[in-house]
Amino acid sequence: MGILDKAFLKSLWVFHLATGSCNNCDIEFLDCLTPRHDIERFGMLLVGSIKHADVLLVTGAVNRQCIPRIKRLYEQMPKPRLVVAIGECALSRGVFMHSYNCPLPLDHVIPVDVYIPGCPPRPEAIISGIMQLIEKRKGQPDEAKA
Amino acid sequence: MPRTIIPIGPYHPLQEEPEFFILTVEGETVVDIDLRMGYNHRGIEKLCERQAYDQVTFVVERVCGICSTSHPFAYTQAVEDILSVEAPPRARYIRTITAEGERIHSHLLWLGLAGHFLGYNTIFMWCWKLREEILDVMEILSGNRNNYAMFKVGGVWRDIKAEDIPTVLKKIDSIIPTLEKLKKAVMDDPVLHARTKGIGILSKEAAINYCALGPTARASGIARDIRKNCPYGAYAEIDWEMIVAQNGDVFDKVVVRINELFESIKIIKACLTRLPQGEIDCGIEDIPPGEGIGHIEAPRGECFHYVRSDGTNRPVRHKIRAPTFMNLPTFKETVIGGSIPDAAIILAAIDPCYCCTERMAVLNRKGEKLFTGEDLIKLSQEKTEKIKSKMGRK
Repeated sequence: MGILDKAFLKSLWVFHLATGSCNNCDIEFLDCLTPRHDIERFGMLLVGSIKHADVLLVTGAVNRQCIPRIKRLYEQMPKPRLVVAIGECALSRGVFMHSYNCPLPLDHVIPVDVYIPGCPPRPEAIISGIMQLIEKRKGQPDEAKA
Repeated sequence: MPRTIIPIGPYHPLQEEPEFFILTVEGETVVDIDLRMGYNHRGIEKLCERQAYDQVTFVVERVCGICSTSHPFAYTQAVEDILSVEAPPRARYIRTITAEGERIHSHLLWLGLAGHFLGYNTIFMWCWKLREEILDVMEILSGNRNNYAMFKVGGVWRDIKAEDIPTVLKKIDSIIPTLEKLKKAVMDDPVLHARTKGIGILSKEAAINYCALGPTARASGIARDIRKNCPYGAYAEIDWEMIVAQNGDVFDKVVVRINELFESIKIIKACLTRLPQGEIDCGIEDIPPGEGIGHIEAPRGECFHYVRSDGTNRPVRHKIRAPTFMNLPTFKETVIGGSIPDAAIILAAIDPCYCCTERMAVLNRKGEKLFTGEDLIKLSQEKTEKIKSKMGRK
């Protein structure tokens, strides 16, 4: 693990992006910030601008209006960057699979590092997913990191 | 004075859902507001038309995560309206308990977010900590924290176990002191008074003209609550009061919601203690042709569902009107004339839920001719005629 990763993984700043979700995953993620689950003890902080973020948390079945916007946000993110897909909709579109407005799953639009299944996933699952993201990043050889 | 446009959104830290506000300002004063949506549209009405009646409850549950009881409740009522049947008493009580549990967690969620918008993160943390207790109760009763999957056409899927009732009653009693403290902290705080009193006033006439619903209307002095005016579930059999306030400002909307929390707790306790014995499902098999409506009081106002059946196993048409759809236009009345910092709390004061409200608009651009099927056939036949005449055939 190089010096960059040591600094990077100590405190991941996250940006939350809803791409046509039903609010449940978003609220379960906000729940992680509140006293019972308190994700800030792992150094994570919710930020208001994509330009300050290290991790992009995506929820929701990606809809037509969001696809170009997700790509633009991803391009604006400073490197190194990580993407987490939260909830069944972001994984495979869930019950919205056959909707006329949800043509693609998220990983066909931008690369995804960690998938957290569930409708909605419990806050514990979200925390565990992000911790696995850190572990995964630590285990990667340096040349594989983008 | 020159006019400036302030764009807010679509991805902004103010609300967790994407929506795009266009504020036109003169100096510090907001003179116009516009709203763009569609970032959450998933085509649920169309999706419902390809699902069987029992499956639709699970799709409409995912219209909105916070209203995951309101939509199935209204939908099951609409289908039961086609059949002219009523769910068994025990099922009606279980439905009422689920709906009121949802109302408590939704109002606490809103109160927390409102505190966060005003810069009172203590209230945010406090409310959401309290909300966890309610989610625990819902997990005991339904098995899940958010999507309860309790509703079924003609009854409920899951019974409440007798041994769970004392635990739930104890848990609900334990949150009342904290809730009292919270009420005092919010209602007696001079800073909160200064930020919310007289801000974003929706007068009674304006509320009637804009057809405002739910707590937004009740804060403006309109005594209208579907639970009282058109009782469903177990609401007619239980004592509870409708909360109405008179001023229509942000503070009154807070007051209405906080007092409704206590009423909801009262209803849940009464339902749990008086839970009747018996069946939880009336065993509906076929849905005859016909149409039905169902409307219930969601945490944000009246939620309305219309279902038309043609006798097959799936609805021909399913129409959803969520409360926020009616409450959104009141921004024209409340935000205009206020200052920019106040706009944040006024925009949040109706407890907007954009997932419920999402619509899609298809633009028919000028100058582009739209061809119907008949036009295309005609064009095709004309082309064949042309080729025929070129080749000298008849």
